[in-house]
Amino acid sequence: MTTQPRTLYQKIWDAHVVDTRDDGTCLIYIDRHIVHEVTSPQAFAALRASGRKVRRPDLHIAVPDHNLPTTARRDASGNRVPIADPQSAQQLDLLEKNAPEFGIRYIGDADIEQGIVHVVGPEQGFSLPGATIVCGDSHTACNGGLGALAFGIGTSEVEHVMATQTLLLKQSKTFQVNVEGKLGAGVSPKDVILHIIGLVGTAGGTGYVIEYTGNVFREMSIEGRLTVSNMSIEAGARAGLIAPDETTFAYVKGRPYAPVGAEWDKAVAWWKSLATDPGATYDKSIHIRAEDIEPTVTWGTSPEDTAPIGGVVPAPEDFEDASKRDAVKHSLEYMGLTPGTKLTDIAVENVFIGSCTNSRIEDIRAAAAILKGRKKADNVKWAIVVPGSGLVKAQAEAEGLDKIILEAGLEWREPGCSACLAMNPDKVPAGERCASTSNRNFTGRQGPGARTHLVSPAMAAAAAVTGHLADVRELTEQA
Amino acid sequence: MTPISQVSGRAYPFGRKNVDTDVIIPAQWLKTVTREGLGQGCLESVKAEPGNVFTDPEYAGSPLLIAGDNFGCGSSREHAAWALLDMGVTCVIAPSFSDIFSGNAFKNGILTVVLPQEAIDRLMEVAKTDPISVDLENQSVTTPFQDRFLFEIDPFRKHCLLGGLDEVGLTLAQDREISAYEGKAREALPFLASPVLHAA
Ligand code: SF4
Repeated sequence: MTTQPRTLYQKIWDAHVVDTRDDGTCLIYIDRHIVHEVTSPQAFAALRASGRKVRRPDLHIAVPDHNLPTTARRDASGNRVPIADPQSAQQLDLLEKNAPEFGIRYIGDADIEQGIVHVVGPEQGFSLPGATIVCGDSHTACNGGLGALAFGIGTSEVEHVMATQTLLLKQSKTFQVNVEGKLGAGVSPKDVILHIIGLVGTAGGTGYVIEYTGNVFREMSIEGRLTVSNMSIEAGARAGLIAPDETTFAYVKGRPYAPVGAEWDKAVAWWKSLATDPGATYDKSIHIRAEDIEPTVTWGTSPEDTAPIGGVVPAPEDFEDASKRDAVKHSLEYMGLTPGTKLTDIAVENVFIGSCTNSRIEDIRAAAAILKGRKKADNVKWAIVVPGSGLVKAQAEAEGLDKIILEAGLEWREPGCSACLAMNPDKVPAGERCASTSNRNFTGRQGPGARTHLVSPAMAAAAAVTGHLADVRELTEQA
Repeated sequence: MTPISQVSGRAYPFGRKNVDTDVIIPAQWLKTVTREGLGQGCLESVKAEPGNVFTDPEYAGSPLLIAGDNFGCGSSREHAAWALLDMGVTCVIAPSFSDIFSGNAFKNGILTVVLPQEAIDRLMEVAKTDPISVDLENQSVTTPFQDRFLFEIDPFRKHCLLGGLDEVGLTLAQDREISAYEGKAREALPFLASPVLHAA
C-alpha cells in the first residue's frame, strides 16, 4: 500500500480492493447493501433462475419505501390496508417474499424501523463510516455524510452484489468542496448544498467523488451532513464524503448494528485514520465562503437553477451559454414563471416536507419551529409532513411535534418516499406548484406537470404558512 | 446463463433498420417485476402490423432474428434483451447493432452476429423457407444451400458465451480472491465484516 499522502476516498477505496485488472478496473468489496422494492425484483428472479444464493445475506437489509402509500397501513383491527395500484402491490409483495427466501432481513411496512432506505441505513447503524454501501437508488450518496463510500446502482449490479458481494469499478477523480466561515441565521444544510449545486452545476461533479471539507461541515450535525451528501448526485457526482470525526462517532455509538466493546474501539481507531492526509491532493477544488450562502430556492427544472430567496426569476438572456439559455426558456415555460418576478411573490398550492434529503428529526423540528402557533395559508391546498422512518415519527410524536404540525393544518403521514417521486399516491397535480424539501425538481418528478421548488424544511414551513415562497428569516425575526 | 455454441432453426426474416428499444419493448412494460413475460410486449407494435413475420405461424418460436442496420438503438433499457430472450430469440443477425444493446444482449446470453448487408439479404431469402445455422465456435452462419458466411466476434465475449459465463458468473470464478479478502477484512475491519444486531 502506498505511503503517499492519500485522500479519504483513496483510503476507503484501498481498503476494499479485492483484485485489480490490467485495465485498472478493480473488483471492490461491498460492505452493505440496502434493498428496496423497485430495483430488486429482477435481481432476485435472476438469482433464482441461475440457482445462485446471496453470498453474504448478513450484509443486506431490505425495506420497502418507494411506492408504499404514506397513509395508514393497518386498519382498526390490525389488518393490512390493501394497496390500490396493482403494480406497486406486486413489487411490495415480492420484496416481502424475496428477502426472507434469500436470508435477508426484511423490515416490514408497519415496523417501527421501516422508512426510506437512506434514512434507515444510518439510523440503524447499518451504514458505518469507512464502509462501501450500495442501494438501487441514486441518493445512496446520502450515507457519505457518515464518511462512507456510498452510491446508487442498477438492477444488474444489484444482482452482482447479491451474488458476489463485489462490484467492478473504475476509480473516480476527487473533487474538494470547501466551505469556510460562519453560516448566517436561517441558513440550513439544505441551503448549503443548493448553493453548492448552483455554483458547480449539475455536470460539475461528473466523474468525481466529492469530499466536503471546511469548518462548516465539521461543525454540522450528522443529519445535516447526510442532507448535504445526499445531493452530491445533483452536482453530478456519484458519491459524497465527509470525514468521520467525534460528531460521527457520537452519532453511530449505541445504534442497533453499531459495533460494541473492543470492536468499537478498533472501529474508532480506524475511522480516525481515514481523514485526508495533509499534503494529499484533489483533482479539483472549489472554495466557498459560508457568509455568501443565503436561504436558497430553485426556480427551474434543474437542481442547478438556484437563487437566494431575496432574488428574482432570471431571464434566459442572463445566461452566457446558448444551450443553457434554451434550457432556461423551456424551464420557465414549464414552471409558468416570468423573468423578473420576485421569488417571494411565487404562490404555492402544495408543500412537501420529507424525502431522504430532509425527513430526519432535525428537519421535522426545524419545520415545526416555524409552524408553531401559525396556520397554513388558505391558498395552500395540500401540505404534508412525511417522517423518514417510523423511529423519526415516534421521536417527533414524543416531542409533540405532530401536534404542532396538525394544529397548523398540515398532514402528518406514515414514513416513505412519498411525493419525492411520482410512484406512490402522493403526487402534485399538474400545473400546481410545490415547495418541496426533496432533491429533484425535474419535469414531472412530483407528478406529470408538477412544478417543484426545492427548499429547506424551515423554508417549506414558511411557504406553508405564508402561501408563497418566503424568507424564513422574516418569520423568525417576528417570532 | 445458458451456454451458446450452436443456434439452429428458423429465423424471423425481419430485416428492418433502426429498430429502437422502444419498439423492442415499449415503456409500459418496464414496470414489471420479472424478466420473464416481456416476450408478450416484445415488438408489440410490429406484431400489430398486418403480414408481419412475428405473428406468422410459419416462424413461431424461431430462435434466430434477422434485422437491419443499427438494431437496438435508443434507450439503455436492459428490458430489450430480456424481452427478446423471453420470446425465445437467442441470436440476432444484423449489419450493425447499437453498442448498448449488444452489451446488454451479451450480458444476458444473446449472441449478436454482424454480417455485411449482402449476406443479410441472402439469409432473409433463405429464412422464408428454410432453417439457418449459427456456429459460434467456428464463427460461421450456414444454410442448407451451402451458403457459408464467417463473422467476427470479440474473443472475450466468445469465451463467455461458449461457457455460459455472465458477469456474475465471471466474478464468482474469482471466489478465491473474494474469500481471501473476506478473511483479511475479518481480521482488520471486524466491525465492517460482520454486522451484529445488538438492540432488540
Ligand atoms: S426519498 Fe426520493 S430520492 Fe430518497 S430514496 Fe426515496 S425516491 Fe429516492
